Amino acid sequence: MKGRDTRLESNFLLILGAVLMFAALFFAFTIKANYSGAMKTIANLRGTLLVCGAILFFFGLYKIPSTAHHRKIVYFIFLFPLLFAFFITVIIPLVLGIGYSFTDWTGIRFTKVVGVQNYLKMFHDPAFIWSVLITFVFVLLNVILINIVGFCLALLCTSKLRGVAFFRAAYFLPNLIGGIVLGYIWQFVFNNVLMSYIKFSMLSSTKTAMLAIIIVYIWQYGGYIMLIYVTGLTQIPGDVLEAASIDGASALQTLFKVKIPMIASTVTICTFLTLTSAFKQFDVNMALTNGAGSVPDFMGAYLSNGTQMLALNIYNTAIAKNNFAVAQAKAVLFFIILAVISLIQVRISNSREVEM
Amino acid sequence: MNSTRKGKSLVLGIVGTFIALYVLFPFYLVVMNAFKKQTDIVADPVRFRGVSFAQLLKNLNSVIHNSNFNFWYAFGTSTVITIVSLVLLVLFGSMAAWVISRNHKKTWATVIYMVFIASMIIPFQVVMLPLVSTFRDVGKFIGISMLQSVQGIVFAYLGFGGAMTVFILTGFIKGIPYELEEAAAIDGCSPEGTFFKIIFPLLRPIITTVTILNGMWIWNDYLLPSLMLGQNGKVKTLPVAVQAFVGSYVKQWDLILSAALLAILPMIIVFLIGQKQIMSGMVEGAVKG
Repeated sequence: MKGRDTRLESNFLLILGAVLMFAALFFAFTIKANYSGAMKTIANLRGTLLVCGAILFFFGLYKIPSTAHHRKIVYFIFLFPLLFAFFITVIIPLVLGIGYSFTDWTGIRFTKVVGVQNYLKMFHDPAFIWSVLITFVFVLLNVILINIVGFCLALLCTSKLRGVAFFRAAYFLPNLIGGIVLGYIWQFVFNNVLMSYIKFSMLSSTKTAMLAIIIVYIWQYGGYIMLIYVTGLTQIPGDVLEAASIDGASALQTLFKVKIPMIASTVTICTFLTLTSAFKQFDVNMALTNGAGSVPDFMGAYLSNGTQMLALNIYNTAIAKNNFAVAQAKAVLFFIILAVISLIQVRISNSREVEM
Repeated sequence: MNSTRKGKSLVLGIVGTFIALYVLFPFYLVVMNAFKKQTDIVADPVRFRGVSFAQLLKNLNSVIHNSNFNFWYAFGTSTVITIVSLVLLVLFGSMAAWVISRNHKKTWATVIYMVFIASMIIPFQVVMLPLVSTFRDVGKFIGISMLQSVQGIVFAYLGFGGAMTVFILTGFIKGIPYELEEAAAIDGCSPEGTFFKIIFPLLRPIITTVTILNGMWIWNDYLLPSLMLGQNGKVKTLPVAVQAFVGSYVKQWDLILSAALLAILPMIIVFLIGQKQIMSGMVEGAVKG
C-alpha cells in the first residue's frame, strides 16, 4: 500500500516537473514581443518555471520506489548541480572561445570565419609582443625574488625568534587584501610618500614602474610563500638536524647541504605557484599603473603601454579597444603557455616522486 | 656561549621587526591618513600632523554615502555573493566529491575527475569573454538575468570553484574508511542518509580549508564581477565599487584612503578572529593543489 503511494507520488512529481520544464522551454523558444495579459506574465516567468520544474523532476526521481536503482539515482542527483554549473561556465565558454578566436567575433556575434588572421594580427602588433616580453621578464624576476624572500622569511620565522606567531601573521597580512585596493594604496605610497623623499615618482618611467609592480607583488605574495616554506622546514625531522650539528656542520652547511635538499618538493610547489600566479597577474597591474608607460622605440613603433602585462593586454584589447576576436586569440595563446607550464610541473613532480 | 646566543636572538629580533615595520607601513599610512584632510595628506603623508577624529568621521561619512561607492550596499552584495557561493560550493562540491571517490574504479567517475583536474589549468582570461556572451544568451533565453545579478555571479563561482573544491575534497574522502559506510548500509541507512549523517560531519576540517581558499578568492576577486556586473551596473561588489570610486575621484586621497580602509577592514577583522585556520588553510590548499 505504501509502495503504491510513493509510486503515485513519484509519478506525479515527475510528470508535473516535466510539464513545467516543457512549458518553460516552449515559451523560451517561441517568445514573442506581442504577448499580452496572462500569457506575457507566464512567458516572463519561464526561468522560474524551468527551475521549479527541474527541482520537482529531481524530487520525483528521488522518490522512485526502486531499491535496485536508488543508489544510482542518488549519485546522479548529487553530481548534477556542480557538473551543470561547471559545464555552463567553463566547458562551453572554453570551446566557444577557442572557436571564436578563428572568427571575426564582436563579443555578441560573428559573421565569418577568418582562419588564423587574428593570430597573425597579434604577432604583428609591437604592443602585444612587448607585453609578452615584459610578462616573461616580470615572471622570471618575480619567481626568483619571491622565492628568495619567502625562504629567508621562513628561515627567520623558524629560528629562535621571540614572538614568531606575530611576525608570521604580520608578514602574511598583505595577502588577505585584494589586488585592486592594494594597487591604489601603493600608488599613494609611490606618488605621495616616496616622492617626498626621492623627489621622483617610481611610476613615472617604464623601468622603475615595472620595478614598482615587482616590489608590490613581492610585498603581497612573499608572506604566503613564506608560510609554505615554514611548513616544509618544520617537517624536516629534528634528528637529521641534530646529526648535522653533531658532525660539526656550520649553519651555512646545514642550510645548503641539509635543509634545502630536504625541502626540494616544497621548492617545486612554490616555484610553480609563483610562476602561474605571476603570469596571471592582473589586479595590481591595473590599479597601480593601468599599463601606462612610454617606450620610445620598440620594433620601430612608439608604445604607450610600457607596463602592460599579458593579462591586462587581453582585457584592454577586448574592453577598451572593443576588439574581441583578437583578444580571444591572445587569450588562447595565454592558455597554451600556462598549459605548457603546468605540464612541465606535473612531469617534474612525478619524476621526483619516483626518485623518492 | 650564552651571551652570543642572546646576541643572535637580539639581532634576529631587530631584523624581524624591521621587516614587519616595512610590511605594515602601507597599512599604517592608510589608517593614519584616513584621519586627515586632503591638504594635510599632501603636505605630509607620514607624520601625524592634522590628524583628528572628527575628520575621520567626515571622510567616512562622505565615502559611505557616495553614490559611486555606496559602501553598505557593496559590502552587503559582496557578503551575500561570498556566503551563498561558499555554502553551495561546499554542499554540491562534497556531494560530487563523495560520488566520485566512491566510484573511483568506474570509468565515468575517473573521466569526470580528470576533466575537473585538467580544467584547473584553464586561466580565467580564456573563458571570460565567451562566458559573458554565453551568460547573456542564457539569461535572455530563460528570462532570468544572469549578468548584472547576484544569482548569475553565484552560478559562475559554483562553476569556477567546483574543480578545486572537488579535487581537495575527493582526496580527503578517499581516506575515510569504507567500512563506516558499509556498517551504515547494513543498519539500513540509505546512501543519501549515509552521506549526510556519517560522511558530511567527518569533513569538517577539510571544509574549513575549502571555505577559506574559496572565500579569500571570491571576496577579493575583481575581474569576474567587473565583467559580469559592469563598472557602472546596479549591483556592485566591494572591489568593483572601489575601482569605480577611485576612477571618479582621481587623487582625492582623503576619500580614496578612507574607502581603502573600509574595504580592507572586514578581511582584517576576519583574519584576527581566525588567523590560525586561515594561514594553515592557505598552506594546505597550496600543497594539495
